Amino acid sequence: MKKLLTGNEAIARGAYEAGVRFASAYPGTPSTEILENIALYKEDIIAEWAPNEKVAVEAVIGASVAGARSIASMKHVGVNVAADPLFTFAYTGVNGGMVLVSADEPGTHSSQNEQDNRNYARFAKIPMFEPSDSQEAKDMLQDAFEVSEKYDTPVLYRVTTRLCHSKGIVDCYDRKDVEIKEYVKNVAKYIPVPAHVKALRVKVEERLAKLEEYSNTTPLNYMEINDSKIGVVASGTCYRFAKEVFGKDASYLKLAFTNPLPLKLMKEFAAKVEKIYVIEENDPILENELKLLGIGCIGKEMFPYMGEMTPDVIRKSLYGKYLDSIAYDKSKVVPRPPSYCAGCPHRGFFYEVGKRKDVMLNGDIGCYSLGFAPPYNATDIGICMGASLSMAHGAQKVFNLKKDNKKRAVGLLGDSTFFHSGMTSLLDVVYNKGNSISVILDNRITGMTGHQENPGSGYTLQGDKTEITDIEAVVRALGIKNVKTVNPNDLKAVNEALDWAFDLDEASVIITRWPCVLKKLSQADKEEFSGVFQSKCKVISDKCIGCRKCVSVGCPSIFFNKETKKSSIDPNTCVGCEVCKQVCPVDAIVKEAK
Amino acid sequence: MTKSIMLVGVGGQGTILASKLLTTGLMEAGYDVKMSEIHGMSQRGGDVSSHVRYGEEVQSPVIEIGGADILVSFEIMEALRSLQYLKPNGKVVVNDFKIPSAPILSGKIDYPEGILETLKASAHTTVINASGIAEQIGNPKTMNIVLLGALVKAMKLTDIDWEKIIRDNVKPKFVEANIKALKAGMAAMN
Repeated sequence: MKKLLTGNEAIARGAYEAGVRFASAYPGTPSTEILENIALYKEDIIAEWAPNEKVAVEAVIGASVAGARSIASMKHVGVNVAADPLFTFAYTGVNGGMVLVSADEPGTHSSQNEQDNRNYARFAKIPMFEPSDSQEAKDMLQDAFEVSEKYDTPVLYRVTTRLCHSKGIVDCYDRKDVEIKEYVKNVAKYIPVPAHVKALRVKVEERLAKLEEYSNTTPLNYMEINDSKIGVVASGTCYRFAKEVFGKDASYLKLAFTNPLPLKLMKEFAAKVEKIYVIEENDPILENELKLLGIGCIGKEMFPYMGEMTPDVIRKSLYGKYLDSIAYDKSKVVPRPPSYCAGCPHRGFFYEVGKRKDVMLNGDIGCYSLGFAPPYNATDIGICMGASLSMAHGAQKVFNLKKDNKKRAVGLLGDSTFFHSGMTSLLDVVYNKGNSISVILDNRITGMTGHQENPGSGYTLQGDKTEITDIEAVVRALGIKNVKTVNPNDLKAVNEALDWAFDLDEASVIITRWPCVLKKLSQADKEEFSGVFQSKCKVISDKCIGCRKCVSVGCPSIFFNKETKKSSIDPNTCVGCEVCKQVCPVDAIVKEAK
Repeated sequence: MTKSIMLVGVGGQGTILASKLLTTGLMEAGYDVKMSEIHGMSQRGGDVSSHVRYGEEVQSPVIEIGGADILVSFEIMEALRSLQYLKPNGKVVVNDFKIPSAPILSGKIDYPEGILETLKASAHTTVINASGIAEQIGNPKTMNIVLLGALVKAMKLTDIDWEKIIRDNVKPKFVEANIKALKAGMAAMN
């Protein structure tokens, strides 16, 4: 059966066909839809959102050791979080096959860095696959599980945004019936105390040698010999991009099994062509390996280190110019920066905190990353998931060293990010007697990645009702004495909470609780937030004095007409959060039913 | 010969459904098809684009600068933002509809003037009031399908059974409105 699938959908289909029984992940662009699509095979696969990537990999390790084929998926930076279990599981090896999908982001479309996770395969000494399109993304997962089980190792399955979010036609097959292997206690294999590790360490090197033989002989790595003047070495989507530009004018060494690399095959290919171009995104991994073999090639001296290696980038690097295109005046095009939705519960908090002086606002990863931007200009720094609360703690400790310090450090993250790794950060504040201010923007869902359930939302990924973790109770249990929960759309309440927290000389937590405007409301939400998003605001034009105060809340529903010097509100998109109504100095904004 | 279609617009305008129907139709017609979209922050009102490529065997899912046979823009300014992707002899189909971005809404800058004129002076451009047509036929949300209709006409893909594609892929209660929109879009592309 042929289907048009994205790379992510194809990986999910591949997991189904390969007989996977257990899957876990934490959402992150561009990987999120892998687990969402695996979850649809509810009869055959247990699929779970984990609170973070480390936990996901650990749960998958448990499932593998218990005997089932298991898969974890995450964005590139998620692998940093999960690196600890991964590196030791690389020593112990598996029982049921285990694959970790790393979705990298050359071009940083929606990420905080552009790290090249191919390095993880070398670093952890584990095999790596790099499919080039949807069909391969599905098919090679079968090979990945076979390699995992045959060579007793976790496998890194490395994909990139262009594969994850591009569609191609895929031939789909039936699910393979893979028995759950028997679990046998084996401490020499699974307990990495030094006495055992020494033996496991030897096994890892022996395994690499065997895998290199596999790499040289697997049909996944192959030569396509056309013209002998130019040879192209590429893996993953780069192979497709290169083929678009070079076509039949070049020969190719197409690599899909890329750790360890097929050194013998690379030498063979080099002997067949006159000049070699290495097309790879980010780090010069293939290029350096060729050069270590004494094979001359052209790589990063011609092609960029950063961004995607799309056909136009290759063409520009090779020939100095793009295809002919239309010349026109681009200056007319104005930017379209992302902004908070009308009714976004983050707006009220950023509006208030952004007005305060002597604040260092430590941000985090989520929609609230936009809090640095106009009109709020609120956030000072953002590093990684969960960092906000711990950074604020360290910063406040240093500010406090100054005599008569007035500077206050605030850390801010969302509900899902708090569960991910903010809880340990808050524990750091409590334990070390900090007095930074921690804010949890609880919008009742994982928003940025497209509304995934989390431990606070009451439902599992596969739709079962579950415990709702009470954030305020967790905060108190960690030892925070000063906790306030407020409605972020109530600007007065937000302001009062900030005043209260800024005046304390011990740790405090403010929880803003209001659902994401895009969330599909649960029954519990409907009861708690009755009438939410059911109204709209309107500007009484005669009363409007054109002061633009309402514009300063940064709502896409509000339009300021420069000619008439009046504001107006789009009745179709406004959901009546009333933030603009509260800032209007002349009460020109009124609320009415939708 | 691989053909390249680029659909651009603003998050929420329905480019994704239009490109889904387009790619499904192309697949059922026997073409190899690849499509690329960049998700991420787009639902927060940013600009979005879908690249669709079809032919005997498609390599890259991404259209390169100067590589698109047709640019279909769901919004006026977005056509100009992506015009560099069009081949010099390529076609533009643009919805006569403006969505002001945040800096325009706040009154800091004006929506740029004269874009349609620039487009017409630079490329073979057809301006379609797809939003108006969709409203006329009773469902403003079918604007994306009006543009799909115009697109399949412009690319001479009318032999494909688009009504069946719509029936198979759209919720039953929206099927008739979408078929109407498709026909209206084709008719507008004369």
